[in-house]
Amino acid sequence: MLCDECGQRPASVRITKVVNGQKAEMNLCEECAKVKGEFQLVLGPHVSITNMLSGLFGREPETSRGEIERCELCGMTFADFAKAGRLGCSACYARFEQRLDPVLRRIHGSHEHVGRAPKRLFGHINLKREIEQLRQELDKAVKAEAYETAAVLRDKIRELEKQGQSA
Amino acid sequence: MGASGPDSDVVISSRIRLARNLDGHKFPQVASSEELAAVKTAVRGACREIEQHGGWGQFCFAEMHELSSLDRQVLVEKHLISPHHAQVAEARAVWIRDDEAFSVMINEEDHLRLQCLFSGMQLEQAWVALAGLDDALEARLDYAYCRRRGYLTACPTNVGTGLRASLMMHLPALVMAGLAGGVFGAAAKVGMVVRGLYGEGSEAIGNIFQVSNQITLGQPEEEIISNLQVIARQIIDQERRARAAFAKDMRHQVEDKVFRSYGILRHARILTSEEAMKRWSEVRLGYDFGFVKSVTPASLNQLIVTTRPASLQRRVGRQLGPFERDLERARLVRETLQNTSDC
Repeated sequence: MLCDECGQRPASVRITKVVNGQKAEMNLCEECAKVKGEFQLVLGPHVSITNMLSGLFGREPETSRGEIERCELCGMTFADFAKAGRLGCSACYARFEQRLDPVLRRIHGSHEHVGRAPKRLFGHINLKREIEQLRQELDKAVKAEAYETAAVLRDKIRELEKQGQSA
Repeated sequence: MGASGPDSDVVISSRIRLARNLDGHKFPQVASSEELAAVKTAVRGACREIEQHGGWGQFCFAEMHELSSLDRQVLVEKHLISPHHAQVAEARAVWIRDDEAFSVMINEEDHLRLQCLFSGMQLEQAWVALAGLDDALEARLDYAYCRRRGYLTACPTNVGTGLRASLMMHLPALVMAGLAGGVFGAAAKVGMVVRGLYGEGSEAIGNIFQVSNQITLGQPEEEIISNLQVIARQIIDQERRARAAFAKDMRHQVEDKVFRSYGILRHARILTSEEAMKRWSEVRLGYDFGFVKSVTPASLNQLIVTTRPASLQRRVGRQLGPFERDLERARLVRETLQNTSDC
């Protein structure tokens, strides 16, 4: 098979791009593949899913100013995910929330769930998580002296805590 | 599993899989043996309660390390557990309903992998049934879930719904007509994955393909399933058209092909799994064309699993070398077809 781009050299890599759930595939030679830098996934014919995911993680920016962020529950860092292609525990999703957004968008074309929720636990678990998340945001807002935002967040937390008590 | 259900001339089976994890526990890949054991104990307790009170029928809970490697391999061949689950036995378990329609892998890549497997095109029914079992488990276990990301999974490719819907399809006419690649390319463009029988990376033996969704996040479950159904309907339609074209223009050639394969399956003394499945595909097509009448599709479909290496060894009750398996495979196929009378 010849390269889809130059039509001269034999194609050696298949490039897959997923944007908003739409998938585009190209078979390219190595030279043209390098030029097509905007593609996020470069797949050879026998690339494992782990390598593919590592690629996704690996393209994430490095942690800011050399700080190594670790998940409190499992101790994993974002670099560990880059190697393993798997997250360590459910808490990793909250710990690395913002950095996962682009990864998930590349995989799924979306980063937010719209499906079903656990019937029994949806209430209190989500309330707990949501309050935790808001508290973290509140801390950041206070540190950044963004008091208006902090006030809004504080009110939200109070509201959610009330809901939790009445549930 | 039989050969009944809608569209069973093309769709062999429908499968729904849900990935679930317990809140506050490390995912199996990084968890210690003690942590895995704790998860397994919690899940086992929930399973027991469901068995006793749930009205879900008879199940069997098996610790993987208590099963022989042959028994594990048989479960892989039946698509009840993954090859990975069979290999890493420590602190792993499986919970299977007696009719094998439902199975749950414990401590595979995720703490729980629930599966519902129905024959023919029954994705919606399988989803409704599995959602019920999911509710029953969730009533007793704290799932890892957050509103924004949905069900949290070890691999980000499963997060959100954690749902993988797949259809196993027999597509001999599309392959014969050289149209399979084009159809699969079209399916891939709308986010579906097409693989050979037996999952990732395997070749399509016996013209059997597995079509499944790739995206698990950002779409509700019903939409994922209906998207797959829409694609499947088109593939079924294309396969039937190709079959009709062969029946019209190349009837004798196809009939000849079918009966040659039928003859080989009825009389061969040595059958490799590759040849068995190649011939199987042609005889199965012969049944759908009405050439071969006295074979039941259920007995033919059973051969997909029973001619696999571990199932053959299980049948004779001892280890077999590759050549012995080919002999045993030929014997099993002859026995299956011995009372048939098409000629």
